[in-house]
Amino acid sequence: MAVAKRQASAPKRTAKTARLDPDVLVQMYRDMLLIRRFEEKAGQMYGMGLIGGFCHLYIGQEAVVVGMQSAITPDDAVVTSYRDHGHMLACGMDPRGVMAELTGRRGGYSRGKGGSMHMFSREKNFYGGHGIVGAQVPLGTGIGFALKYKGTDNACLTYLGDGAVNQGQVYESFNMSALWKLPVIYIIENNRYAMGTSVQRSSASPDLFERGAPYGIPGKQVDGMDVVAVKAAGDEAIAHVRAGKGPYILEMMTYRYRGHSMSDPAKYRTKEEVNKMRSEHDPIDRMRTALLDNGWAKEEALKAIDREVKDIVTAAAEFAQESPEPDPSELFTDILVEAKAA
Amino acid sequence: MPIEVLMPALSPTMTEGKLAKWHKKVGDAVKAGDVLAEIETDKATMEVEAVDEGTVGTILVEEGTDAVPVNQPIMLILEEGEEAGDAKPAAAAPAPPAQVEPEPAPAKAEPARAARAEPAPRKEAPAAEPEYTGETHSITVREALRDAMSEEMRRDETVLLLGEEVGEYQGAYKVSQGMLQEFGAKRVIDTPITEQGFAGLGVGAGFMGLKPIVEFMTFNFAMQAIDQIINSAAKTLYMSGGQMGCSIVFRGPNGAASRVAAQHSQCYASWYAHCPGLKVVSPWSAADAKGLLKAAIRDPNPIIFLEHELLYGQSFDVPTDPDFIVPIGKAKVVRAGSHVTITAFSRMVGLALDAAAKLAEEGIEAEVIDLRTLRPLDTETVVASVRRTNRLVSVEEGWPYAGIGSELSAVMMEQCFDDLDAPVVRVTGADVPLPYAANLEKLALPQVDHIVEAAKAVCYR
Ligand SMILES: Cc1ncc(C[n+]2csc(CCOP(=O)(O)OP(=O)(O)O)c2C)c(N)n1
Ligand SMILES: [Mg+2]
Repeated sequence: MAVAKRQASAPKRTAKTARLDPDVLVQMYRDMLLIRRFEEKAGQMYGMGLIGGFCHLYIGQEAVVVGMQSAITPDDAVVTSYRDHGHMLACGMDPRGVMAELTGRRGGYSRGKGGSMHMFSREKNFYGGHGIVGAQVPLGTGIGFALKYKGTDNACLTYLGDGAVNQGQVYESFNMSALWKLPVIYIIENNRYAMGTSVQRSSASPDLFERGAPYGIPGKQVDGMDVVAVKAAGDEAIAHVRAGKGPYILEMMTYRYRGHSMSDPAKYRTKEEVNKMRSEHDPIDRMRTALLDNGWAKEEALKAIDREVKDIVTAAAEFAQESPEPDPSELFTDILVEAKAA
Repeated sequence: MPIEVLMPALSPTMTEGKLAKWHKKVGDAVKAGDVLAEIETDKATMEVEAVDEGTVGTILVEEGTDAVPVNQPIMLILEEGEEAGDAKPAAAAPAPPAQVEPEPAPAKAEPARAARAEPAPRKEAPAAEPEYTGETHSITVREALRDAMSEEMRRDETVLLLGEEVGEYQGAYKVSQGMLQEFGAKRVIDTPITEQGFAGLGVGAGFMGLKPIVEFMTFNFAMQAIDQIINSAAKTLYMSGGQMGCSIVFRGPNGAASRVAAQHSQCYASWYAHCPGLKVVSPWSAADAKGLLKAAIRDPNPIIFLEHELLYGQSFDVPTDPDFIVPIGKAKVVRAGSHVTITAFSRMVGLALDAAAKLAEEGIEAEVIDLRTLRPLDTETVVASVRRTNRLVSVEEGWPYAGIGSELSAVMMEQCFDDLDAPVVRVTGADVPLPYAANLEKLALPQVDHIVEAAKAVCYR
């Protein structure tokens, strides 16, 4: 099957890796590990009934968001779907506020009213957290429209899944953003499945990076399990967008290790498939090995990072359980903004 | 301290499960990611993975145990250096936060002052289904829906099912379990996530004489397709001067499930009931779910069939006769009473019956009417009841503004003005997008006590 063949193979030192400052690599390792540990904790807390509703974990896909984030500045915007915890952490949002939203508490980013799928941070330029498959794509296009309108050279990273890519509004967005040369990078996180439906069973043409071709949008397929490859592709795309040349599509070949959400038994794929991805392509293991093999980081330093990350996640989990539930009066707030007297 | 492994909640609605199989035994080494056990939930069998490292100390719940409550410790894992003797179950896991009791604050209706609109011409409601005295069996709403579809597909080659995950996955909520195996991929069709596309495709196929059942994974996602449902499915018969209609059923779960927040929890009853050219059905019991879905599939019109995720697992007695059909457009008195009429549909019927039982303890006999169909609304049954009880409480999960209760209030004004001894009271969901937090969600949805309070208020008790 063509798509699988394009997955990069075993970890190896690439020329691109060598060009990056080891400190940047260590930072990316840490950021990916934080997402991994945070998500494992969230999964555990869901099992304890502390988190309810839908909870979509990002485990396995960490390199995509960490690599892309390292290619942009804090003034660029990010928008994504319901599988959003990793994106928020990568944007620098406080893990405590994210976890407290998962538990539906006052200290959460939406003060408990949004939950796992619906968090936002104006401060960190993170625009959600959207539950309707594909709906974030026109939103991201509009954010890009506004960034251009206001005369900035910033861009909006608009993430979508391999399932979302078949929604009609995606193509309406591609057309407008190409027509008006909007600063939008569409990042298709191809984790091969939309719930239980594989790309082969949902897409007449599985080459998702080519979906913008009729509109003249350049597209590129990237090994999304290799954070350095992601960053390199992100750098290229952002340069294109910032130069005013319009949108860009990156198809990230990635994989989610867990079920679609907490209630998915994932019968549609084999154990071997999952284990193979985990053991041969894990983005965090690959980076750890590269850092040690090349002498860019010492075992002790990495262990210290492991401990630091563990402490952050533990603190987030504690905060998320201690923060009180929202005040009942919150039920009727935030429905409309009070109009200012003229 | 040994690490306690707790019975996990594996779905938004799971409260207990069966410990089907252990993959580890005492003394086995465990590392993060290892499969510890298989758990059977109400929807599926799931594997539980370890999050911690160590050695299995004690297995607290035997393989094969049924109905293990969520959060009960099921295994102890020893960390490095710990001994089996340390493996005593520690204090119970932190309980989820206490829920704030909602303050019963039913909306009090004010005497209406709006100008009287010309009532739409109403057709008489059809006769009720004949009382069924044949054989029944107890099945879930989920199974009843599946049986209705399968029976109709066996009887009519032109009936087909399409939607996301209806085939190989066996239905996102397992409603279409086994149907792909029986009818094949020509008639049970997995679609891409393209609601507007496949809803419109269904309507086009309907123009050509096929009878598609279009499943929306939930009705929230039908908003992507609402243009095709209303502008194409509902209006084409009229616009073509009667030449071209479509026999099509749009079905799926409607309303709030459990903690899935604002974009995934809303009731579309009044949205669709507003539109001429559609029929809107929303059953409560499994027998009605089956009888009405069969009627819907046979109906030559576009039907909106609103199910409820929280009812899927509930069991009811259902006629085994494959010709058992429930007519669309006929309400059902599910409890007789003389003091107050309570109307409800879908999940709210269960709450209304619970409220009626509580009211009976206080000497108030409520008549509970399951509306079953929202368009055309069986006003005769409601009016006849209110002429006896002189009081109406309308219950719905959706928002109050222009809701089903608003329509019923207008009907009362038009047809029961002199019969009413109290203003109609509407018990509805709060007028807010549904919040995620457990306490706020409970406050936002109608509860049994709201209905009790409303019934007492109209009885001046
Ligand atoms: C419009 C709409 N249809 C259906 C759903 C239910 N649903 C939620 S996620 C999902 C699969 C999406 O897969 P993909 O786009 O590949 O993203 P991934 O979950 O893999 O990150 C579906 C069908 C939804 N939320 N919105
Ligand atoms: Mg996917």
